[in-house]
Parts: sequence; structure tokens; C-alpha cells
Amino acid sequence: MEFDKEVDAKNLNCPLPILRCKKGLSELEPNKTLKIMATDPGSVKDFQAFCKQTGHELLRRDEDGDVFTFYIRKRSN
Amino acid sequence: MAKKLALIASKGSLDWAYPPFILASTASALDYEVQIFFTFYGLTLLKKDVSDLKVSPLGNPAMPMPVPMPNFIQMVPGMESMATMMMKQKIANKGVASIEELRSACLEAGVKLIACQMTVDLFDFKKEDFIDGIEFGGAATFFEFAGESDVNLFI
Repeated sequence: MEFDKEVDAKNLNCPLPILRCKKGLSELEPNKTLKIMATDPGSVKDFQAFCKQTGHELLRRDEDGDVFTFYIRKRSN
Repeated sequence: MAKKLALIASKGSLDWAYPPFILASTASALDYEVQIFFTFYGLTLLKKDVSDLKVSPLGNPAMPMPVPMPNFIQMVPGMESMATMMMKQKIANKGVASIEELRSACLEAGVKLIACQMTVDLFDFKKEDFIDGIEFGGAATFFEFAGESDVNLFI
């Protein structure tokens, strides 16, 4: 899947993956896609909740062993 | 309009330092406008140096310990330092943020940090003991923001 920026939040615990995600998105133009990887099992629910509340779009979630990868499209404004 | 979160941070031990900074930094990431009012022992969390925050197993029966320990052993000098050291090690091993890191995240996100002026006077703290960028105020200052907040928590 295509993306415009990648952030590694592996081995970080709550709330750091969300904070890294927010920072990553703030460095992107609207409608661009952020790829972020995390190992915190809580991040699965947290990223859904984050996107629901902020209006960014969770395009896809992959799971490979302990690593979760999220693709998030930044909201248009 | 942005949602608002008002927190009161009243505790100054290493373990209780986490909830206000975790909630405030996360709420900021969720586009909330956030204020934390630091009162009594919570004021410790605004000091320039927070590396000496401690956690004690004494009077804290829920704290997980590697071996069960009766209260009178927890009173032995050095036990608090040992528990603090173990906790800090765990924090680092599990990828949990340090208090410094979470506090910086709050400041960068524009979380407003307010020190209770009464407590500053009560404990003879000096303004220069605290980090830059904070404000000093009283209960009325807290309510100015809390009264129009969506979420209010006392920690």
C-alpha cells in the first residue's frame, strides 16, 4: 500500500504511539497517508478511537506477528 | 469548537504523576483544549527536576512486588529507593514514557499548566523552582476553564 510518510512506534507503550501518530500527521499535507507501526496491543483499539474522534481515516490495518501496521489518511482540513 | 478537558493533579508520587500527563497529552492529540491545575503534592510535577519522584510500597497494598513483603519490612530505610529504582527500570523496559517526556509533549501541544498559588505559598516554594511557561492561579482560575469543559477529572 502506498504511503507518504512512515513512523516507527514499535516497543512504545500507551500513549506514545498515538502521540507519535499525531506528530507524524502534523508533518503531512491533508489527504496524504501515514504508515505507522506499533507493537502495543492496545494500539488496535486506540488507533480506531483516535481516527473516529479526529476525522482522520484509518485506511487499513495489518498484523504481522507482534507488529501492527496502520495506514491513516490525514483529514482534508 | 474544540472539546475541553480540565484536570486537577493533586498527587506527586512517580506512579500518580502518570495519569494527568497521559490523559492531557492524549487529549491534545485528539484536539482537545486542555488545562491541568496542580495543587498540593501535585505541584511537585511542575518542578524543573522531576527525576527524584518516588514510589512507595508502604500503604500501597496493590503494588505488585516480586516477593510478598510485610509492612514492617517496607519501612526499612532504603526500601522506597529500591521500589522506585525497580519501577523506573520497569518503565524503561516496557517502553513506557518518562514523566519528562510526557510533560514535554503536553507543553509542546499547548496544554495550559496552572500552579496553585496557595500551595506555592503554603510550602514556601519559589517561582524559580518551576519550569517556564506555567501560570499561577487559584480555585477561581480553575473554574473559569472547568466550568465550560466537557470532561473534568480530579487525580
